[in-house]
Amino acid sequence: MKPVVIQDMTIRFGGTTVLNDVSLSVASGECFGLVGESGSGKSTILRCASMLYKGWTGDVLIGGQSVRSMDPMERCRVLQMVFQDPYGSLHPRHSVRTVLAEPLRIHGIGEQEARMRQALIDVGLPVEFLDRYPHQLSGGQRQRVAIARALILEPDVLFLDEPTSALDVSVQAEILNLLQRLRDEKGFTYLMVSHDLAVIDHMCDRFAVMKTGDIVEVLPRDAILDGTAKAPYAQELIGASLTYEQAAM
Amino acid sequence: MNQSPILDVQNLTVHYGGAPAPSVQDVSFQLGRERLGIVGESGSGKSTVGRALMRLLPSARVTADRMQFEDVDLLGASERKMLAVRGARMSMILQDPKFSLNPIRRCGDQVAEAYRTHVRASKAEARAKAIAMLDAVQIREPERVYDLYPHEVSGGMGQRIMIAMMLLTSPDLVIADEPTSALDVTVRLQVLKILDDLVREQGIGLIMISHDLNLVRNFCDRVLIMYAGRVVEALNAADLDKAQHPYTRGLLAAQPRIGGSRQPLPVLARDPSWTQPQGAAL
Ligand SMILES: Nc1ncnc2c1ncn2[C@@H]1O[C@H](COP(=O)(O)OP(=O)(O)O)[C@@H](O)[C@H]1O
Ligand SMILES: Nc1ncnc2c1ncn2[C@@H]1O[C@H](COP(=O)(O)OP(=O)(O)O)[C@@H](O)[C@H]1O
Ligand SMILES: [Mg+2]
Ligand SMILES: [Mg+2]
Repeated sequence: MKPVVIQDMTIRFGGTTVLNDVSLSVASGECFGLVGESGSGKSTILRCASMLYKGWTGDVLIGGQSVRSMDPMERCRVLQMVFQDPYGSLHPRHSVRTVLAEPLRIHGIGEQEARMRQALIDVGLPVEFLDRYPHQLSGGQRQRVAIARALILEPDVLFLDEPTSALDVSVQAEILNLLQRLRDEKGFTYLMVSHDLAVIDHMCDRFAVMKTGDIVEVLPRDAILDGTAKAPYAQELIGASLTYEQAAM
Repeated sequence: MNQSPILDVQNLTVHYGGAPAPSVQDVSFQLGRERLGIVGESGSGKSTVGRALMRLLPSARVTADRMQFEDVDLLGASERKMLAVRGARMSMILQDPKFSLNPIRRCGDQVAEAYRTHVRASKAEARAKAIAMLDAVQIREPERVYDLYPHEVSGGMGQRIMIAMMLLTSPDLVIADEPTSALDVTVRLQVLKILDDLVREQGIGLIMISHDLNLVRNFCDRVLIMYAGRVVEALNAADLDKAQHPYTRGLLAAQPRIGGSRQPLPVLARDPSWTQPQGAAL
């Protein structure tokens, strides 16, 4: 279990400041949400923190260690990312076995077969699925494989970028249940982006509301219903979400 | 339901060429001046129903006992007749305006041109009408927005422009296919409100296709629930929570809710019998 601390993260693309001194901390074992307007920089935070983007300033500490000081192999063992689109994130001509074996091979980890089987069992897929290809899997099954790939190096932290946004609500329920169970069993720390406040409420202890590259407010889950948000945009987002859902108002 | 419905569909079945089975089977409903939601999972056949009504499925086998839009028999009408009906008396609005707008032409010109396709008008009249419509969908500074290119407008603005374009000809039937799924929730509500107001004011019949139960609950009068190409249940939107069909109930239960228990969400257990015909009386 490791905490995540983001300090003064700033990045510009061209002349545009996309993240402006973003700081937040996530306790070890916590599920922390990121919500906000599309284009506000949520995915960019995850991409910077996992060093998919390099040209940013500030720092990210995982378990006290800077992601900048980790070599790529080490970083993969500490943090993994799951993306929104289960169709785009798996190579169409790679079998599930290839997808799961590759990180094990790169990291020189033994007992590959046993680990791959365990990863599939962990995400609730039959072990026979090792020999399937993406086109033979449903959207939910693909997202399970993407999660299995993220698990196989036994990381401490998972960055989840809209992991269920492309899925039907019935399939979303399965994946959210899976993520909750894995956090209980393995003590993962989650940093999770979603545009759906009901998903954030279901999964997260706290969340940050973002607008145009800034965190406008960090709120506990309860603030969604108890009306304690202060930032105008946080109030607007919560108000619209409640109206939309027609929750207790 | 009105005395004479805008749309009367009986046993619509659509079989795509090369597909092993029909994608839509025996779908029946009537539509008055009301908002009808069609909801279901991806692949359940919602968009296919919309495209069949617009006669946009040239390579599929479309059959029905009846598919009547006002005085137009949508099964028998010539393509020439459909060209006069489509985009004029019945219109469709799609999820992503980026794919519907021409990227290299100014938004306003596209609205004005759409007007001139259906109504005899001078360029100046069409421009004035386009600006009035942009104003009607609550776009501030419509003259400025008129001159923007599609990549210069936000998703919510793009969808308002699409709504403006669609309403130019005062259609009687609008089919909206996931019109707000790509929008942020704050913008989504604004766009839905605009659509809703216009539909009510103009007495339009609206078919709202969506995967989102919250949306159809709040913005429709009645709802058809589709599963694997069939309508398994039809309800008043206000009674959605009293749904009887285990599929509808399963979808509702799987939806996380603000202030919910945070217990694992009930997972849908699919039953093969749901794909059997069962003659839901509508
Ligand atoms: N690689 C990039 N190059 C240029 N602009 C980018 C890049 N990545 C993201 N952006 C811009 O940064 C902003 C934030 O994007 P993103 O983090 O994807 O937003 P969100 O995930 O909150 O929707 C957007 O305006 C986007 O266009
Ligand atoms: N052009 C096509 N050719 C063959 N099958 C299609 C075509 N378009 C859609 N389908 C199939 O028809 C079914 C219904 O699709 P669709 O109407 O798009 O569902 P929905 O809108 O509910 O997601 C799906 O199984 C889909 O794969
Ligand atoms: Mg994003
Ligand atoms: Mg569709």
